[in-house]
Amino acid sequence: MAAVRAGAAELERSVQHRKLMDQLFVLVGMTVLFASLLTLALLFMKLVHDGSARFGWDFFMNFPSRNAARAGILSAWVGTCLVMLVTVAAAMPVGVAAAIYLEEYASKNWVTAVIEINVTNLAGVPSIIYGLLALGLFVYKFNLGQSIAAAGLTLALLILPIVVVATREALRAVPRAIREAAYALGATHWEVTAHHVLPYSTGGILTGMIIGLSRAIGETAPIITIGALAFIAFLPTPPISGQFPYLSFTWLTDPFTVMPIQMFNWLSRPDQAFQVNAAAAGAILLAMTLLMNGVAIYVRYRFRKRINW
Amino acid sequence: MSSEVKFSGLMPASPDDSGIIPVRESGRGAVQVTVDEARRATAVSSPIKARVSGLNFYYGDFLALKNLNMEIREHQVTALIGPSGCGKSTFLRCFNRMHDLTPGTRYEGSVVLHPEDINLVARGIDPISVRMRIGMVFQKPNPFPKSIFENVAYGLRVRGLRSRVRLAEQVEQALRAAALWDEVKDRLNESGLSLSGGQQQRLCIARALATNPEVLLFDEPTSALDPIATARIEELITGLRERVTVIIVTHNMQQAARVSDFTAFMYLGELIEFDETSKIFTNPGKKATEDYITGRYG
Repeated sequence: MAAVRAGAAELERSVQHRKLMDQLFVLVGMTVLFASLLTLALLFMKLVHDGSARFGWDFFMNFPSRNAARAGILSAWVGTCLVMLVTVAAAMPVGVAAAIYLEEYASKNWVTAVIEINVTNLAGVPSIIYGLLALGLFVYKFNLGQSIAAAGLTLALLILPIVVVATREALRAVPRAIREAAYALGATHWEVTAHHVLPYSTGGILTGMIIGLSRAIGETAPIITIGALAFIAFLPTPPISGQFPYLSFTWLTDPFTVMPIQMFNWLSRPDQAFQVNAAAAGAILLAMTLLMNGVAIYVRYRFRKRINW
Repeated sequence: MSSEVKFSGLMPASPDDSGIIPVRESGRGAVQVTVDEARRATAVSSPIKARVSGLNFYYGDFLALKNLNMEIREHQVTALIGPSGCGKSTFLRCFNRMHDLTPGTRYEGSVVLHPEDINLVARGIDPISVRMRIGMVFQKPNPFPKSIFENVAYGLRVRGLRSRVRLAEQVEQALRAAALWDEVKDRLNESGLSLSGGQQQRLCIARALATNPEVLLFDEPTSALDPIATARIEELITGLRERVTVIIVTHNMQQAARVSDFTAFMYLGELIEFDETSKIFTNPGKKATEDYITGRYG
């Protein structure tokens, strides 16, 4: 029972019509993409334009000051770097270990299902809630005060779900065939994980870590909640010293400020000159975030090139 | 002393009832078997390496292998053939307890490895100790994204070998045994993934051979390879009989006929027929076997 064959003209019309849909979608996609990119670009350009007067060596090397023209972000960027250091040191091992356990070891039952749902939910908890938790736990209970350690741990908690989810994705991407190859050679569960699964997913894990950090670097609310909104015109104790034992950890307990807080501080001043400072600091903070994301993309690219299944 | 027996059974070229002409692999229905009488004589008299008795295997509640009984002879190649889904790969994976990686699987019966008479599928036997003695080569080449050297050395490292000299020695030996040494000796530090598909599969064979297993399992090792690479692997497997007992799953009957000494035909989880390869392909005892090897189904 042969169907009636369509004529050439009819086919042509059908193809034209369907291709129109193709082009329509491309148009919609491009519009949406450019709208969001343009917003970011405009914002960045506005910040750069407004703050351009302050860019220079002095801005980076000066402490905040009552005199807007002499104020700088030295204590803010040093503080941000040190807080990020604590965040990485806390979130990386805990997040990666939790993800390995959930993905590779935990048996699939309702307990792990509940944990899984909660980890995903934690990623959506407002950051100020983390701040409140940290205020009670780190600042008062553990007596860390308004220190670099307290801030770093708070942000670590905040990005932990991001790290766990990204790490699990990365672990899952390692093909079953590779695991089987290792098992077939007599490797144990831990050997398969440590010698194969973990090294092959390093790219994805690092990418997740950097994405998490680029979120943490701009967080203001939880840091303010732990009470770190202060005028800081000095640097923490240097972590490396000239005499024995060369490494010092007293900086962990030092008070600090970070980039978004410094920006917030300046923004809340009535003097117009400080608004310029805020714009400049904002541009630099945004640049730091973009740089981190760039690094994430590069890391992913490098690892993908080395490992293509 | 070798005589060639050409078997060409039934060759239905006419459309069957459904009006569809069955599509077959080229050459099916006329499997050529070369019988080497001397090789045959050694094959039937060689000692038994493993004895499968009353083996049942379950995926959850599903009985995938039903009461299998057969022997694997030492330093011989045993082929497992049968249509897709007949359980040949499932059976193969019982030998190195690969199923233990999947939750909800269960073995019954025994696969006894001689000469120690250990039941490989017994609950008390650690699958890791089984896999230390029984190697495996998979369907798709699966080298680690590490250097060629590290790929081959991995099994040795797991066994605690640390001496660089000894590692280098054994890696070279394994690569020679897998007929890959000449192609890779100058690029041992390059990634295993930089090799061609056929070379990758020989690398996987070298990796499995490096630890000197007693039995080597091949799970359709050439199904992802081109004919030239396939021919090299087949040649290699035939030669491997000298040093290891081989069990190979294949969907290609010419391959079974070319490389194996014994053939088991499986269908729907059951072992239909098990005999010398020359017998299976020239004078099968069961109708189902004959239908399969002549291309009636599968």
